[in-house]
Amino acid sequence: MSTDVQVVGQDAGPPPEEVSASGVEALVRRGLDNLKSGNLGVLPIVLALVFIVVFFSYRATNFFTSENFGNIIIQMAGTTMLAYGVVFVLLLGEIDLSISYVAGIGALAVAELQKPTSSGSGMSGLIAMPLAIGICIVIGAVQGSIVARIGVPSFVVTLAGFLIWQGVIVYKLAEPGSIIIQDRWINYTGSYYFSHTAGWAIAAGVTGVYALVTLGGIVGSVRAGLKVQNPGLIAAKLLGIAVAAFGVIAVCNRASIQGTPLGLPLAGVIIVVFLVVLTYLAKRTTFGRHVYAVGGNAEAARRAGINVARIRILVFMISSAMAAIGGIILAANVNSVDTNFGGGTLLLDAISAAVIGGTSLFGGRGEVRNAFIGGAVIATVSNGLNTANYNPGTIYMVTGTILLLAVTLDTVVRRLQVKSGR
Amino acid sequence: MTDTPLLELRDVTKSFGSVQALTDVDFEVRSGEVMALVGDNGAGKTTLIKCVAGTHAADSGEILFAGQEVHIHGPKDAARLGIEVVYQDLALCDNLDVVQNMYLGREAHDRLQRLKEPPMEQKTAETMKSLAVTTIRSIRQPVATLSGGQRQSVAVARAVMWNSKLVILDEPTAALGVAQTEQVLELVRRLAHQGLAVVIISHNLHDVFETANRITVLRLGRNVGVYEREQTTQQEVVAAITAGMPTKVSGIPQTATGAAS
Repeated sequence: MSTDVQVVGQDAGPPPEEVSASGVEALVRRGLDNLKSGNLGVLPIVLALVFIVVFFSYRATNFFTSENFGNIIIQMAGTTMLAYGVVFVLLLGEIDLSISYVAGIGALAVAELQKPTSSGSGMSGLIAMPLAIGICIVIGAVQGSIVARIGVPSFVVTLAGFLIWQGVIVYKLAEPGSIIIQDRWINYTGSYYFSHTAGWAIAAGVTGVYALVTLGGIVGSVRAGLKVQNPGLIAAKLLGIAVAAFGVIAVCNRASIQGTPLGLPLAGVIIVVFLVVLTYLAKRTTFGRHVYAVGGNAEAARRAGINVARIRILVFMISSAMAAIGGIILAANVNSVDTNFGGGTLLLDAISAAVIGGTSLFGGRGEVRNAFIGGAVIATVSNGLNTANYNPGTIYMVTGTILLLAVTLDTVVRRLQVKSGR
Repeated sequence: MTDTPLLELRDVTKSFGSVQALTDVDFEVRSGEVMALVGDNGAGKTTLIKCVAGTHAADSGEILFAGQEVHIHGPKDAARLGIEVVYQDLALCDNLDVVQNMYLGREAHDRLQRLKEPPMEQKTAETMKSLAVTTIRSIRQPVATLSGGQRQSVAVARAVMWNSKLVILDEPTAALGVAQTEQVLELVRRLAHQGLAVVIISHNLHDVFETANRITVLRLGRNVGVYEREQTTQQEVVAAITAGMPTKVSGIPQTATGAAS
C-alpha cells in the first residue's frame, strides 16, 4: 500500500475481458494478460511436466507406455491425497508436519481392524476405512485445537505429533513387525482397475457433469444480469475437459499386464474426485472463503465476525483426514503396514507437491489443483528416474532442484509484479 | 438534522487497571452530520470508539442509540444496531477481491453453505455506484492491486452496504497521498449527505475542517469541548487539544461556543 504513489485512476487493473473475441483469441489474450501481470498460475509447472515426460520418453524405453501411465497414477495417489490437505493448511499460513505419520496411523488402524481375529474374520474394509479416517480426524481436531485455542505454533504441535504418531506405529508394530492387508476393499484403493466400458462411462459422466455445472453457472449469471464469460472460452474449456477425460481412458484401456487387460485405476478416480470436491469446498463455500480470509489477514477475518479458531481446527481436521486416506492408499499399494510406514520422504514429498504447484507458504494463496499438478510432477520424476535406471540418490536431487526452481520462479515473478506497481 | 442524536454517550467511564482511559465522557452524533473526534495520543478517542463498537465494555455510563438505552457487548451487537467501524489498518484481506472483501464474514449463501456469487457481485456493483466510487476498474480484482485510496473506499463501502446508520472512521486518511485523501474525504461528505451519521477520528485538522460539521475534543480521557466548525478556528481547536481545561457539559448543547477557552 505504501509503495503506491500513482495518481488515482491510472491503476492498471486487469482489463475487462473482451466479449466479442473468439474462444481461442480470448484464451490467448487472457494468457498474455496473465503473463504481463506476472500471474503465471500453473503454466510453468505444466510446461515442466511436459518437458519431464518428453525427457524420460527418450531416456527409457518402457517409460512412455500406457502401462506406466497407470503406474504413475497409482504412485501419485497417496502423496497427492496428503498434498491436498497440505494446501488447506498452507492457505492458513500454518504447517502440518504430522501428516506422514498420521497417514501411518490411518494405515495402521485399517490394518488392525481388518486383521482376522481368533473368533473369525476381521472387520470389512468398508467399515474399517471410515473408522480409520475418523480416528485421524480426531487427531487433527486435537492438534488443531492446541494450535487455535491455546496458541502453540503449529510447527511445534505437529512436530510433536510427528514424533508421537511415529512412536505409536513403532510401538504397535514392534511385535509383528508388519501387518498384511488381506481385505479386498482396502487393497482395491491401490490396485482396482475399471473395465474398459466403465472407463468410457466415467469419461462421459465427467464431461456431462462439467457441461451441466457450466450451464448452471451461465443461467445464474444471466438471471442476475451479470456479464457472462466469453462463450468461446467456455466451449474451449469444455472441449479441454472432454479431450482430457476420454484421452486418459483411451490410454489406460490400452494397457495390459501379462495378457490381462488393465484399465482406469480406481486410484485415478479417487484423485480426481477429491480434486473436484476439495476445490468446490475451497472456492464455492463460505468455509473455503473463510479459509482464504484467515490466511490473508487473520485479524481482518476476526473483525469481520469469522470464528478464526473454528476455521483453523477444521483445516487441521481436513489435513489429518486427507493424510488418513493417503495412508490407506499407500498401504494398499504394498498390501501391508510395517514399522517404517510414513517415514522416508512422504512428508516432504507431500509438502513439496503443494508448493511446487504454486501454493504459498505464507498463507492466502494457492489452490487444490496445485497439489494435483505437484503430485504428478513428483511421481513422474521418481517413476522416470527409476525406469531409466538412475541411482536413487538422483531422485532426491532432481526433486529438490525442481522445488527450488519452482519457488524461485514464483518469487521472482511476484517481485516483478510489485515493482510494476501492482 | 434531527433533534434526537442517533448516538449519545453519557458519563462513560473506562479504566484499564490503574489507567483511567475515559472519565465521565459525553459524546453525540446526529444523522446526516459528520462529527469529528479529535485529541492527542492517549486522549481516549480509540477507547471511546471501542466502547461503541463493542470491543470494550464501558465501566459505567450509558449509551443511547436513537434515544433508546442500549448495551453493546460485541461487534455483532453493534452491527445489529447499524454501527459499522472502519479501522485504521482497514481490515481488508489483500488476497481476496473487492466483492469477497465486501461480504467478508457475511457471505450470501444457501442452506448448504454454498456461496451465491451473482447477488453478491450485483450488490457490490450497486453500492460502489451509489457511492460514486468509479476508480476501481473491476470489482473482481484482488484488493492487493488497489491503491491506498481505493482500498479505503472499499473499506468504507463495506461499512455502508449493511444498511448501517452510523459509520465510524478511525484515521481514514492516515496512510494516503493528497489526491487519495481528497477522494476519501469526498466519500465521507457523501455519506453524511445520504443521511448517515458519521464519526471521523483524525489527527489531521485540515481533514477535520474539510469534512466535519462539529468537532468533539478529548484530552486525557475527558471532554474538553464541542465546537461548531463554522464558528471556530483551527487555532482554537489546537489550543483545546493541547491545553484545554476539562469541562463537563451536561447533555452537550448543540452549539458549544466558548465552552472551553
